Amino acid sequence: MAGRRARAGAVRARVLIRPKAGILDPQGGAVARALPALGFEGVHEVHVGRMIELEVDDPSTVGAMCERLLANPLVEDYEIELLG
Amino acid sequence: MRIGVVRFPGSCDHRDTIAAASAVGEAVELWHADRDLRGADAVIIPGGFSYGDYLRAGAIARFAPVMEAVGELAAAGGPVLGICNGFQVLCEAGLLPGALLPNISLRFRCVDVRLEVSNPRSPFLAAVPAGAALRIPAKHSIGRYYAPAGMLRELEERGQVILRYAPGESFNGSVERIAAVSNAAGNVMGMMPHPEHAVRERDGSADGRLIFASLRSAVAATGAGAAAGSGSAR
Amino acid sequence: MSAGGAPALSPEEGLARALALGLSEQEYELLCERHGRPPNLLELAMYSLMWSEHCGYKHSKLLLRTLPSAGPAVVVGPGENAGALDIGGGLVCSLKVESHNHPSAVEPFQGAATGVGGILRDIVALGTRPAAVLDSLRFGLPTSARSRYLLDGAVRGIAHYGNCVGVATVGGELYFEAPYERNCLVNVMAIGLARREELLSSAARGPGNTLLLFGARTGRDGIGGASVLASTTLADEEHAQRPTVQVGDPFAGNKLIDCALALRDAQLLIALQDLGAAGLTSACSEMAAKGGVGLDIDVARVPLREAGMEPFEIMVSESQERMVAVVAPERVGQALAICERYEVEAAAIGSVTDSGCLRIFDSELLLGTLPVRALVDECPLYELRPQPPARPAPAASLATGTEQRCGADPPAQLRSALLALLASPNIASRAPLFEQYDCLVGGRTIRRPAEADAALLALPDGGALALSIDGNGRRVAADPYRGTLEVLLECAANLACVGAEPIGATDNLNFGDPERGEVAWQLCESVRALGDGCRALGVPIVSGNVSLYNESAQGPIHPTPVVGMLGRLERPCAGARIGFAGAGAALALLGPFAPSLRSSELARLRGEEQEGLPELDLAAVVAAQRALRAALAQGRLQSAHDISDGGLAVALAECVLASGLGARIDLRRVLEHLARIGAAECKEGARGLSAAETALFGEGPGGFLVSGEEASLTELAAGAPLMIIGGVGGEALVIEGIGGPGEEGALALEISALRAAYASLAELFT
Repeated sequence: MAGRRARAGAVRARVLIRPKAGILDPQGGAVARALPALGFEGVHEVHVGRMIELEVDDPSTVGAMCERLLANPLVEDYEIELLG
Repeated sequence: MRIGVVRFPGSCDHRDTIAAASAVGEAVELWHADRDLRGADAVIIPGGFSYGDYLRAGAIARFAPVMEAVGELAAAGGPVLGICNGFQVLCEAGLLPGALLPNISLRFRCVDVRLEVSNPRSPFLAAVPAGAALRIPAKHSIGRYYAPAGMLRELEERGQVILRYAPGESFNGSVERIAAVSNAAGNVMGMMPHPEHAVRERDGSADGRLIFASLRSAVAATGAGAAAGSGSAR
Repeated sequence: MSAGGAPALSPEEGLARALALGLSEQEYELLCERHGRPPNLLELAMYSLMWSEHCGYKHSKLLLRTLPSAGPAVVVGPGENAGALDIGGGLVCSLKVESHNHPSAVEPFQGAATGVGGILRDIVALGTRPAAVLDSLRFGLPTSARSRYLLDGAVRGIAHYGNCVGVATVGGELYFEAPYERNCLVNVMAIGLARREELLSSAARGPGNTLLLFGARTGRDGIGGASVLASTTLADEEHAQRPTVQVGDPFAGNKLIDCALALRDAQLLIALQDLGAAGLTSACSEMAAKGGVGLDIDVARVPLREAGMEPFEIMVSESQERMVAVVAPERVGQALAICERYEVEAAAIGSVTDSGCLRIFDSELLLGTLPVRALVDECPLYELRPQPPARPAPAASLATGTEQRCGADPPAQLRSALLALLASPNIASRAPLFEQYDCLVGGRTIRRPAEADAALLALPDGGALALSIDGNGRRVAADPYRGTLEVLLECAANLACVGAEPIGATDNLNFGDPERGEVAWQLCESVRALGDGCRALGVPIVSGNVSLYNESAQGPIHPTPVVGMLGRLERPCAGARIGFAGAGAALALLGPFAPSLRSSELARLRGEEQEGLPELDLAAVVAAQRALRAALAQGRLQSAHDISDGGLAVALAECVLASGLGARIDLRRVLEHLARIGAAECKEGARGLSAAETALFGEGPGGFLVSGEEASLTELAAGAPLMIIGGVGGEALVIEGIGGPGEEGALALEISALRAAYASLAELFT
């Protein structure tokens, strides 16, 4: 990751998508059960989501992309990080 | 009656759905890239893994050109039935309320399920005898129906919950054991179980035939609208 | 460093690289001679793959030639991507089984997934549409965390690929044995259907025709995978090999299958070949060899997934979801249009020539020239040097030894043994696995897994196909010849239980290092049995695969020949199911069943040494299968189940569990039957616990449990030995006449107790 740079004129963006609070997240539950079994105690509130990386010419469009395609706003929250 | 069965890249059950639908009408394949419903009076979006279920099940298929025409048919009151992946596509397209999430087991499961009729007035159940329960196979890994509490209340009040898994059979963890929902107008329905795999004696149950047989009444009930829909979808 | 276009390597460097690529010094010298000069690096890389065990079958080809492969139904025999059989009504059925053992041991999910994808493309290459998949799996004992990880990954991989690609998984089998701990087996069988005139060949023909590559782009997947992963013994550092594992994309596979069959329907394909192990190198070599032509290939025209790939990487890449076709030049445009419709990328990458050579170009630059004869036909073949072990396979017991002999209350002891057997991971219900697979897509499934001994698929003419896949490495280890015969008979027995006559078979030979005398002996004995058994059954072997060097630091796996068999029946029979149809039916033991506890599942549970296998009467077993098929076809039976692992009592429990109906049998009737047919270990007058155990839990071929009207069953006795041993009904499984303290001792087990024991695998999939 460290060495990767966006092409000229583009901005690298990272979209983090996770299940909305309160929605049953069996993947998160499975990880939360597995960690103590491996000896990692004191783990709480595990949630498993997705990460999407993209290069965009106009970073202001990423929010609309999330609403229309990248996330399902009914069941998922998203966060956008612009990496420059 | 002409029934269009949509085929996306990654569809799996379109052939079986066409075969099952052929028993009640003329079934034709609708290619995802064509905006044309080929004069279909009703449309079925079949099961499978459109676009590999990549990103989210149904998320990419909803933008296929054929879905514009399907949306127009639905808006005009024409019957649209989504089965499994088709249910996911219709939810993503906003033609049905709610969303489908991964099964609580996080595993694909292929088993027969017993279904209770929740709204016997649905045109998609017109051929189902009063009081009957259905036995139809379900096979999916993303079938846990979810709707936020407020939406769920509305669905129940308006009779949009059409089928429920019998108690103890909701293996995917759906809220309120919901197996099928419709839109507010009642002409669009999505169901996770696969009626096309329960149409012959050798399938172990032929209850799925009742769903296909109901399409005829669904078309009749919404006849005027459907004709307008297929007309505008040229 | 450039791979090709360069002058030949110096002799020292050439030899050093050849050795590193897995060739021997002698093979390198032979190669230089056949090639006409020392090869350059690109050429050497290609030779090393074609001359590997995986592609060249160096240690098995001579042996495989002894197997029967001809028969009236054979349309395509060994040598093509899959075999094909005439199933009547103008239809052919292709079939093949293939292994993906080493890739699955490294990365079980992707290994198993790409195993499914690979066998499906073999089926498609023949011009047939995939109709069903069955799988055969072997893992170490489930008490090991590693085995559970491999099992879970492989099952998820098969489900992921098979479900998503849209082909029904209709059957399979699974065993857990310690020798597979570090070297699991993942064998996948597939069948396909087509009209006879739709069949395609992989033989490239017609100089001037175009070579069309279509499907996924080519990346650095599995570079050297074929030789590194499939031909050398797995070291302990499996993780170091992870980067060479191929990744499967079932969505791309689904599109590729539809696209290839659309090209077939448009009659555009002169030849079709799938890209598997050794990628373009193997695919092009095979196509050229079969067609007796040469091929020019331009690596610059191969669509790449990543920039900067060397020509040799492009030629050996094992990227999945690719196929190559020969198309007439004037029809390439039409072919590309079809590919575009299916959203499948395609490129013309070369042409057919009459040079008899593969010539590899990078645009204008000629990088290598390899005579097809040298690549394919002149790969050295080795005679095995079999060395029988001093005693027949006294493989030290690998059992857990949880089930102990104890107590003096026979009914209680038999009850405990039966429950232990039902809960044994080798016998317990496979539902937790197969429910993860779509067994319905395609609409042909007449019997779902566990409803009958064989999968049953409907055909358009009202008839049906029956399929079974079987193998039992532990019993083959105990006696490679008899054990392999048992595998064949088990397959045929499963088909007989649905009324189907076998018409063809496919085999996968999973063995250890063939350069070891004992492994060579196992292989020779096993292949000899395959030949003898197939001739006795009248079944040709039309395709197959060999997987050798299945070893780890702990030694070789059990010798594991896996056989897939195809049967045909005119009409599905109502009695083709394991479960009873209703209370009141009579229950009979049919066939020349001579049970023995030697090398049985019960012996394994007790930690007892393996001591060979009982004798078997091949002709009598085949005759009993024939009688059973006839009775089913005539509608005289309500159910039929083969007696296999765990013996008669387990088979009976399975009938009870499948139907939810109880049953009652009299052990004295069973013993009488066994004595009458001369079962060696159940001599007349045999009584007591040991006789009861042998009769109830002993294993051996030739036994069936059938139910139906008593009069119908009795008629069946004309064709094979038969004894009414009890009846169907009640809420429990009851075995009377056990004897011991109180001669009328009986054993009764509630269905719920049977069910609880039988569900033991569920916990592996939570």
